[in-house]
Amino acid sequence: MVRFFETLGDYSLYYLEQAGRMGLFLMACLWRIFTPPYKIFPVVSQINFIGARSIFVIFFTGGFTGMVLALQGYYTLRKFGSEGLLGSAVALSLIRELGPVLAALMVIGRAGSAITAEIGIMRNSEQIDALECMAIDPYRYLMVPKFIAAIISLPLLTAIFDMVGILGGYLVGVAMLGVSGGTYFQGMYSSVDWNDIEMGLVKSLVFGLLIVWIATAKGYFLQNERSGGFGAEGVSRTTTSAVVLASVTVLVWDYLISAIML
Amino acid sequence: MVDNSNKQSDSARIAIELCDVKKNFSGQQVLDGVNLQVEEGTTTVIVGASGQGKSVVLKHMLGLMKPDSGQIKVFGQDISRTSTRQLKEIRKGFGVLFQNVALFDSMTIYDNVALPLRERTDASESEIRDKVEEKLEMMGLHEVDSKYPAQVSGGMQKRIGLARALVLDPKIVFFDEPTTGLDALKSNEIYRLFHDTQARLGYTAVIVSHDVPKIFKLSDRVALLAGGVIQSSISPEEFQRSENPLIRNFVETTMGPIYSSEREETTPL
Repeated sequence: MVRFFETLGDYSLYYLEQAGRMGLFLMACLWRIFTPPYKIFPVVSQINFIGARSIFVIFFTGGFTGMVLALQGYYTLRKFGSEGLLGSAVALSLIRELGPVLAALMVIGRAGSAITAEIGIMRNSEQIDALECMAIDPYRYLMVPKFIAAIISLPLLTAIFDMVGILGGYLVGVAMLGVSGGTYFQGMYSSVDWNDIEMGLVKSLVFGLLIVWIATAKGYFLQNERSGGFGAEGVSRTTTSAVVLASVTVLVWDYLISAIML
Repeated sequence: MVDNSNKQSDSARIAIELCDVKKNFSGQQVLDGVNLQVEEGTTTVIVGASGQGKSVVLKHMLGLMKPDSGQIKVFGQDISRTSTRQLKEIRKGFGVLFQNVALFDSMTIYDNVALPLRERTDASESEIRDKVEEKLEMMGLHEVDSKYPAQVSGGMQKRIGLARALVLDPKIVFFDEPTTGLDALKSNEIYRLFHDTQARLGYTAVIVSHDVPKIFKLSDRVALLAGGVIQSSISPEEFQRSENPLIRNFVETTMGPIYSSEREETTPL
């Protein structure tokens, strides 16, 4: 029994310490985003990595998500004779929920994991120590461009996801299943309002921040990991844990934002 | 042997001073009151058996670790109690050659050496190029600018690390096991470069090394770290003649009994 409480206390202290560390890390990064000097090129380079290079995967996942939504939606709506609502069903599902969430999950898999691994390897090979010793602030040099890039990229990727998804839905609903094109878009125009767009935008901004925060902090504090963050295996374990944590956090915050904004 | 007699004088400025530095890791007292003074312009070598905390001492000097108690002064400023901003200012006078070099493996060699100039100065690209080429030339590195660290040998990586450490003409340069993993030839090459660059740039050097007795030839002071304290900080000659049992034991185990017995007849250094 004593052992149980010891273990429980040990875990609680570890996670409390971890939360404190990550909280301070976030504060340090956010502070540096708003204080000079500002460097454009590293931000552009990270937008290329996190944003531009994710377009391909976003394009495909968005397209197929819209297509399957239209397919499922069509057969469900047909039961009620409401095929005309297909456009609004596809658009609302994408803009409010699936666009921000799936785009975020794709970015976690493609860029988030890479960020954790990159920073983790830099930590293990003393490259971050080297930066500090050269009086180069690792937060400003390594983290800030990634933070800005993720916060800019996620809403844009979500917008692409939504747009391609709507076109995918059009392809299946209109071109394949015979719903009228005018009805598809008219339903969308009449049901989607600014609040829906705003919810998607807020979600994508928050998800961008959460993803980059978790990915960078996990790499930066690699050696503080409970499971041991040393060596190649440590980097691999930490990267996996960052991906899992970021994915779960995105889903939890998706619910919270929906509950607040609906 | 380098003639350093002119470097040491009573009026010499103290570049680094450790006062009663203590550090405990998970119940293990690694540093138990370390005291050490490094005079400006001199070379101090910290020796000791593995696991005695030599790298921990170095990390304290660099401000990468905070002591549990005690002071670490760099030119009189206690870096264990300064703000992050002040520490950053102090570090502008540092150059470091890490044990595993810690080059940025996703950058070219040129970019590695240019990084401190790009991030810490307002120099133009042409000025940066001139400076980087000068340092690479000083290290005997030719036509490697566009290569990546993984594409060159271990000895070359050390030289690149040294070029990067020296690119801003630092006042103090720290070397953590500078010849680890190198053969005798490459080690000598690094020592020669160290000797030449120190003579030219006049920096203060702190070297953590296992390479005894070779490293003594380059040092002004030798400090033995054992039992969590610095046992001595004396000249290499005094170090080898010391009657301190811990030093004698270290000299005999690292240099071997043959070397110790011969010491009486010949002066190896």
